[in-house]
Amino acid sequence: MVMTTHEEKMHTTRFRVDDKPHIVVDPDKCKTCSVRACVYVCPANLFVPLGDGSVLFNYEQCFECGTCFIVCSKEGALRWDYPDGGYGVTFRES
Amino acid sequence: MSPDHSRSFVTAASDMTTPPDEHFDVIVVGAGPAGSAAALVAARAGLKVLLVERGEYPGAKNVSGACFYGSAVLNELIPNWWEKAPVERYVCRRDLVLMSETTAVSMDFRSAAAGYVEPPYNAFTILRPKFDRWFAAQAEAAGAFLLTSTVVDDVIKERGRVVGIKVRREHGEVRGDVVIACDGVNSWLAKKAGLQRDLHDHEVSLGVKEVLGLDEAVIRERFHLTGNEGVAYEYVGAVTQDVRGGAFLYTNKSSLSVGIIGQVSSLVEAKKRPYDILEHFKSHPAVAPLVRGGKLREYSAHLIPEAGWKMMPQLVAPGMLIAGDAAGFCLATGLYIEGINYAMQSGIAAAKAAIHACACRDFGKHTLARYTELLWPHNVFTDFRAFKHAPGFVNGNRLQNLYPDLVAHGTEMLFQVNGQAKQKILPLSFKVMRQYKVKSRHVLSDLYKVARAYLW
Ligand SMILES: Cc1cc2nc3c(=O)[nH]c(=O)nc-3n(C[C@H](O)[C@H](O)[C@H](O)COP(=O)(O)OP(=O)(O)OC[C@H]3O[C@@H](n4cnc5c(N)ncnc54)[C@H](O)[C@@H]3O)c2cc1C
Ligand code: SF4
Ligand code: SF4
Repeated sequence: MVMTTHEEKMHTTRFRVDDKPHIVVDPDKCKTCSVRACVYVCPANLFVPLGDGSVLFNYEQCFECGTCFIVCSKEGALRWDYPDGGYGVTFRES
Repeated sequence: MSPDHSRSFVTAASDMTTPPDEHFDVIVVGAGPAGSAAALVAARAGLKVLLVERGEYPGAKNVSGACFYGSAVLNELIPNWWEKAPVERYVCRRDLVLMSETTAVSMDFRSAAAGYVEPPYNAFTILRPKFDRWFAAQAEAAGAFLLTSTVVDDVIKERGRVVGIKVRREHGEVRGDVVIACDGVNSWLAKKAGLQRDLHDHEVSLGVKEVLGLDEAVIRERFHLTGNEGVAYEYVGAVTQDVRGGAFLYTNKSSLSVGIIGQVSSLVEAKKRPYDILEHFKSHPAVAPLVRGGKLREYSAHLIPEAGWKMMPQLVAPGMLIAGDAAGFCLATGLYIEGINYAMQSGIAAAKAAIHACACRDFGKHTLARYTELLWPHNVFTDFRAFKHAPGFVNGNRLQNLYPDLVAHGTEMLFQVNGQAKQKILPLSFKVMRQYKVKSRHVLSDLYKVARAYLW
């Protein structure tokens, strides 16, 4: 069987990381969010719920798919943009 | 700030030597199939065309399954294109599979008819980073300027008309007579220009995909293929667990493209992670033997606009047109998912409308509206209208999860010889329906919907 862990998957994708985050999450707004849709849908598993009710987010291995932006229902919790030209994910095979 | 941020306009793109203050006839945003087709056609008409792409190269940000059904469309632009382009295999076999957790029932279609095995072929499997790069290079060869590694942030509007774009860099304004937004499913440009709203989570599906390396000889043997023949598998049913969606498996030359597609709202409801569903899919008894030994080469993800006719934005504004996924031109009917062909067809139609507008030197809405007229003969509107009931129907719960399971289970019972009396198909069907608590009136109403979606 060709089962792979999520870490193994992410390892195969190339990212050129910019120092400047292209997605910014407001942890205070997340504290009041009961849906947490971002946690389930992000194909890169970049949203991690923390014990204190907030959500930890890391932009570095982002596919720029836009799913988190579409599911986040809290006004202003998620600032979403594309990374600067040439930065971010680069697919070679897909 | 890293030195990369301060690259000048000229050095940013190896392909670009034009200064920013130059005026273009047509500016195309996004070098996917829609953008490259538009740029190619406009450049061939002698127009001065700029094609802007945010990826390091065209295709760097793009993901499809990818079974490309637009071979004949592209053949009109570039005769015998498959002899030059990086294609994987031509598709002469399709397999539509209904699944329960343990069973798979499939309609395996194979054809040696001319339409499938001879030029221009019915479909090819491709890999987008390779294909898109090649296709954009054809637009360049026709005279378009390609500017890569450049994000377009907004349009420039003057007196109610779009007259250019703002690119993310200092002094980043480029002017042109017609801007064609081909920037894909999350079209920020269409939103900034006020032509599209934010998309809803039930209108889009998320696709996650793996490319699995496999020996060419193994692929031929395993999938019963000779030479460069290829097969496209599409799956519905329990394979996506409770999530509305499907799965695919396509043969490339020396790899397989394997992925699942899940409606975003349904992923949220089911609280299912897309990559877990992908793993579940690969472990299905009907799939595991097909992917066995495959070595993971790349994992990727991308959104798909699936609501068709119902999510279409305003397509024309003074000085601006929208094509491809940006306009929602991706047809997901359950029988197939097609977007690359419509991206190209709408790109071509948009370019023709821009050529017409340049010829009359009138970039108002009425002149550019020729685009929407051209979408009929280019078979975009024709197909979307014909299948306008399919997306809603395909996403119905019974069709998605219940019927595939029911059919698989019923077939299982039909074929099982276990010493008990055999039943004819109708009583067996009723028995299975009872087991699944399906009411006859629901089946009838669904049959009507199937017919309305696909038959007439
Ligand atoms: C998992 C999956 C499987 C699919 N399978 C199939 C299939 O088998 N067959 C099929 O026909 N279709 C398939 N599709 C649909 C198909 O991928 C799309 O319909 C098609 O890619 C649309 O082409 P496009 O040119 O409109 O947009 P895209 O291919 O998305 O291209 C948009 C381009 O614009 C660029 N861009 C975006 N914003 C900016 C900006 N602000 N500035 C500069 N550049 C920008 C992007 O980098 C990209 O290159 C699939 C889609 C997915 C996600
Ligand atoms: S859905 Fe939005 S508000 Fe809720 S946790 Fe995620 S990012 Fe925060
Ligand atoms: S854009 Fe996609 S990959 Fe990036 S954080 Fe949002 S959901 Fe995850």
